[in-house]
Amino acid sequence: MTLLLLILAIIPLIAGVVIKIMFVPASSGIDITGAHIFFTIDLPMGGLPITEAQVNSWLVILSLFFFCLFLTHDLKTTDMSIRQLIAEWIVEKVEGLVRSNMGEFFICFAPFIAAILGLSACSSLLTLIGLFPPTSDINIVAGWAIMTFILITYYKFKAGPWIYIRSFGEPVPFLAPLNIISEVATPISMAFRHYGNVLSGSIISVLVSALLTTLSQLIFGKLPGFLGEFPFLRIGLPAILSIYFDLFSGCLQAFIFAMLTMLYVSGGFPEDEYFKRKRMKEAKRKQQNVQLENTNGGI
Amino acid sequence: MLELAIGIILGGCALGAGCAMIAGIGPGIGEGNAVAAACEAIGRQPESRSAVTTTMLMGCAVAETTGLYALVIAILLIFVAPGRFVNILLDAIG
Repeated sequence: MTLLLLILAIIPLIAGVVIKIMFVPASSGIDITGAHIFFTIDLPMGGLPITEAQVNSWLVILSLFFFCLFLTHDLKTTDMSIRQLIAEWIVEKVEGLVRSNMGEFFICFAPFIAAILGLSACSSLLTLIGLFPPTSDINIVAGWAIMTFILITYYKFKAGPWIYIRSFGEPVPFLAPLNIISEVATPISMAFRHYGNVLSGSIISVLVSALLTTLSQLIFGKLPGFLGEFPFLRIGLPAILSIYFDLFSGCLQAFIFAMLTMLYVSGGFPEDEYFKRKRMKEAKRKQQNVQLENTNGGI
Repeated sequence: MLELAIGIILGGCALGAGCAMIAGIGPGIGEGNAVAAACEAIGRQPESRSAVTTTMLMGCAVAETTGLYALVIAILLIFVAPGRFVNILLDAIG
């Protein structure tokens, strides 16, 4: 069972490699292209292209799903396995992060934050097995950013629409247009930040390896046979760049995306107003109950 | 004549991309200031290292945003805009 789930978690990644080998035309040399479009679904309002980025993100979701099942199936209270300890460590860390950044009220956000962290980090790390990283396509990241924007707006509405509208007129009412612009800019800047970092990393890597290929052809081009064609200078430096751009930058952007989600949601939530309103509602209900009892008693 | 027009379009796009990336100066200075202040803070209070590092990374990410807007504009100018502009030119010529 354990082994089966682990294999199920690895299969989507292998499937991604197979799909890439079978359907994506091999690029000759160095070129910078966007996601490959597999096919287009015709809808009444226009074509819906199914791209490499979408397929890869579905594969990451599947893989993470089975990996979570692998970590959390068959939980025990005594003599725990390493698997369970890892799962508990992840849950504890994320809950601590959410508690320290958002407060006790938002502790229900921990699974969502963990999902964003895992999905984003694994999507960026997909470059390590040579697949197209979904996070370097703006559509995927913009989807997450819009989801975050909806959450922010929902929590701003928690204390009633009047307080939401009034928050635009702060600190002075004539700044309202600027406040509206900054409200709209939140998801755009979140999407651009994540996508721009991953994409610029991959472009710089491609440019550096193109430069090194040309250089090694200039230097070793005169050597006979295989030795002349093999780009010797490409050994080493691109790997070091990859450590920064793929490993460090990918994980850092995932962390920053999750962190900004937490800060925006808890920052936009009008805490005092919400609790005041809640208390008032409870007091009202109590009063009504008392009145009801009085009328009942009177009869 | 058409070659000249397309050449001007390509050159203009490349120049525009280069000019857009001048915006990289701003985040560079900003992040430098942030890291300098963080180093100072860690030097003064070494025990607050992890909190300061986390906050600094967050601040750097936010400061980077304007640079990334410029990067997106530059990428659009290099990879998307030339094709569009050439198509517009061809349509205009007929």
